[in-house]
Amino acid sequence: MARSGPPLRLFQNWQAKLAATPMILTALVVFIGCSLWTVVYSFTNSRLLPRLEFVGLAQYERLWSTPRWQVSIENLAVYGVLSLILTLAIGFLLAVLLDQKIRFEDGFRTIILFPYALSFIVTGVVWQWILNPDFGLQHIVRGMGFSGFTFDPLNDPNLVILALLAAGIWQGAGLTTVILLAGLRGIDEDVWKAARVDGIPTWKTYIFIVLPMMKPVFATCVVLISAGIIKLYDLVVALTRGGPGIASEVPAKYVYDYMFGNQNLGQGFAASTMMLAAVLAIIIPFALFQLGRKRRV
Amino acid sequence: MSDAAFPTRAAAPARASAPRGRLLDGPAGVAPTRRMNPKRIMVYGGLIVFSIYYLLPLWVMVMTSLKGMPEIRMGNIFAPPMEITFEPWVKAWSEACTGLNCDGLSRGFFNSVAITVPATILSIAVAAVNGYALVNWRFKGSEVFFTILIFGAFIPYQVMIYPIVIILREIGLMGSVWGLVLVHVVFGMPIITLLFRNYFSSLPPELFKAARVDGAGFWGIFLRVLVPMSLPIFTVAVILQVTGIWNDFLFGVIYTRPDSYPMTVQLNNIVNSVQGVREYNVNMAATLLTGLVPLTIYFLSGKLFVRGIAAGAVKG
Amino acid sequence: MQMTSMRRLMAGAALTVLPAGAMAADLEVTHWWTSGGEAAAVQELARIFTEQTEYTWVDGAIAGSGSTARPIMVSRIIGGDPMGATQFNHGRQAQELVEAGLMQDLTEVAEANGWAEFINPPSLLEACTLDGRIYCAPINIHSPQWMWTSHAAFEAAGVEPATNWEELKAAAPALREAGILPLAQGMQGWQTSLLLNAMVSGIGGADFYLQVYEAREEEALNSDTMRQIWEELAVARELSQGGNLSDWNMATNRLIEGTAAAQVMGDWAQGEFALAGQTAGTDYGCNIGLGGEPYIATGGDAIYFPVNSDAAVTEAQMALANVITGPEAQVAFNAAKGSLPIRGDIDLTEVNACTQQGLETLAAGNTIPSIDMLLSSDTRGQIEDLTAEFFGSSLSAEDAHNRYVQIVMSEM
Repeated sequence: MARSGPPLRLFQNWQAKLAATPMILTALVVFIGCSLWTVVYSFTNSRLLPRLEFVGLAQYERLWSTPRWQVSIENLAVYGVLSLILTLAIGFLLAVLLDQKIRFEDGFRTIILFPYALSFIVTGVVWQWILNPDFGLQHIVRGMGFSGFTFDPLNDPNLVILALLAAGIWQGAGLTTVILLAGLRGIDEDVWKAARVDGIPTWKTYIFIVLPMMKPVFATCVVLISAGIIKLYDLVVALTRGGPGIASEVPAKYVYDYMFGNQNLGQGFAASTMMLAAVLAIIIPFALFQLGRKRRV
Repeated sequence: MSDAAFPTRAAAPARASAPRGRLLDGPAGVAPTRRMNPKRIMVYGGLIVFSIYYLLPLWVMVMTSLKGMPEIRMGNIFAPPMEITFEPWVKAWSEACTGLNCDGLSRGFFNSVAITVPATILSIAVAAVNGYALVNWRFKGSEVFFTILIFGAFIPYQVMIYPIVIILREIGLMGSVWGLVLVHVVFGMPIITLLFRNYFSSLPPELFKAARVDGAGFWGIFLRVLVPMSLPIFTVAVILQVTGIWNDFLFGVIYTRPDSYPMTVQLNNIVNSVQGVREYNVNMAATLLTGLVPLTIYFLSGKLFVRGIAAGAVKG
Repeated sequence: MQMTSMRRLMAGAALTVLPAGAMAADLEVTHWWTSGGEAAAVQELARIFTEQTEYTWVDGAIAGSGSTARPIMVSRIIGGDPMGATQFNHGRQAQELVEAGLMQDLTEVAEANGWAEFINPPSLLEACTLDGRIYCAPINIHSPQWMWTSHAAFEAAGVEPATNWEELKAAAPALREAGILPLAQGMQGWQTSLLLNAMVSGIGGADFYLQVYEAREEEALNSDTMRQIWEELAVARELSQGGNLSDWNMATNRLIEGTAAAQVMGDWAQGEFALAGQTAGTDYGCNIGLGGEPYIATGGDAIYFPVNSDAAVTEAQMALANVITGPEAQVAFNAAKGSLPIRGDIDLTEVNACTQQGLETLAAGNTIPSIDMLLSSDTRGQIEDLTAEFFGSSLSAEDAHNRYVQIVMSEM
């Protein structure tokens, strides 16, 4: 960014600094300050109120020996992997379909993307209704004559993740589609011409030529989807409230419940610190990857 | 990090006149085929199957909200109502109860408006100025702060919610609408700042230089030169922020009090306070009402919405 | 209330930032009484408060259960935006808030009105007391150790209504045969742990209950009795299979409909029966301690009054404390809610058979402290998670028992 602004001298640029104060405060006080505060207090035995009585790693030891946390992590891993793969696969498939010079492209895109405008709370309530065993899908299929049909993910600990996935993908896959479609449209026309000259079938061109060229766009999608997955909270609250039992608990809910509900702040802080660590583990490699890519270019 | 994380930024100047233009250009794929052949049928078939998956919940919501409870109990959730009733809508809007408050979602609606309007305006104003300062008035450390800001977009809120309770208490805003507005300004800042920074950096630098030569200052250039030519990006930012803030649940539930709960929280309350039997039709009407504002914005703004989230997302 | 908020809204955003105390006569009361019977009880309380004082009741209901509502209440109190008054369960839920000086000292009001003379049992007031000062006003006694039965459901299956746990188990096959759910059990953690704790006192008895939760003796925790209780809980899991219930009042509703036979739930379930026009003894039955050892825990709800800088609010708080414990509110509120009054001196000749049973148990002194008085929220929360996991999975009774022992032993 070699942009010729005014000389970088303190007094000359005071207005810009003043104007940027909200940003500086947000960066330093909220994003860094609050995160550090939480990390520090995760080493204390704070219960209802924060207090600086350090207990070393005790909160973390307890956290990792708590079955509910383990279930939460497992759920997040299963949900995360499936949601990532399915969202990318469906997103790419839809983007390719939309890219076929079809009629009503705008119409289809509008349909695919509209759930993204809705909140997770709305999404959760709707899917709870569709999956309601006494009225929803199960009821309908049984009514069609398959009386033995059972599909009740909201009350089946093994299937409840499917309910979260169906709702989560419904809400979010449209975004991936749109981003990937933008990526597809960004591919140089010459690539297609060359592929056609060589007689490569369209599907092969997509998978072996276009897909690799879209790595950066996919990387962006992966980061976006992952960040959303780690924050997964509203949807669980509205759709399953963590149930049945603790079968659909997620880390963000553990944090909230311990911080405020069970009056064990230290435990909640330790759990949120682990979430922070997980995010850094995703973001930092991505940032390095981008940095490396940029250098090579 | 900031430069690195946003792969398409390098190409920004090329798109100077039409940010995100590529998305809305025609397809660049295979040669056009107008005839219906097996391939076309598969393409349309696939799209229609997915469209059903996307539209079905909306259909079910609308149908359920127009039925009476007896019909729901015996009927099929996909079937249209035999007898249309708007009672559930009336009830959801103005009569559904949480405790003694039987004023339905209407209160939540007005609260959400009172939260969303100032939060949108403030967050966009702050972020636009940020973006402008970052592009045209860079100072020592400005990129560092920006990088932190972008990192912040990925920090799970759970890490910060508690200390923010303390900060709001110290500045006396806990529980007030303005406290929540402040929280939205803070958490909306990364993405919107990024949006404006990228947009401003795609404008020809000569504009800025010329204004400088004419003797315009920091605010003069911003207000008289940049803002008037940034209408599209402001629209995009408004769309992003209104939907985002309207749909928020977590901040609303933590940082406000019951009489200023936003609509999403109110919805969750109504759906979860069952007095006697669960009234699914009222729940669905309430759900639709809550989704109405963002949906309206979405359908009205059409391509701008797409452009907005693509701009926010591809680079963010 | 609606008027005020509407007026504020119309006056624009600027007005909505007015602090709670700006209108001197308003007292915001937060609570999680949102089921039909509960809301009816709050209605009574609000009515009496408005009639007897010059203040206005601003209702701050938070839907969901206590576990949803308490976090919101706590974060507002520690966030320096206290409500006028708030519900908590008696005991340790608010202890740390009291210790931090965030709760109003009610000792003067209590002494002036002679709370110590009429509050019965005295343990209620003790639960509100810290270092000799009183910090909350008990409003009702709730005991969770009840097994409710639907007479219609048993009739449909052609068996006598169960009067204890063993009879319910025996009737289960016949009930299943008739397409009736033997046990309506909400799957939320607080409900599954309620069942466990009802079994601890109902099967183990009062002494055992105290050994487990007060003394936390390893011997009692590892005893055969405790092992058996977990086995019974596994049976309960079987009996509730197919219910798919989450909210407690939805479960109670199954009993009212006659599609489920029994539910182990607190006496607040009576509020739902009453609202549906059902009569104790003829439409539904009640069995203290699951029909076993007849002890009831004298927990319940209490109203706490967060420290407030506004003198007018403080006055309103004291007035509410007075109204809550007064005879009129006690009768009206508890009749609607199905709970027992905290006063030993009021005439309750008109109460139904079930409430009568509760009163007699109370009079006989067959009471035990509630879980909230004995365990921290942290430990209680872990037990809730464990029982929720137990009911939502096929975890063996033995493994669950072992983890349970560890959780209780870790209580500080």
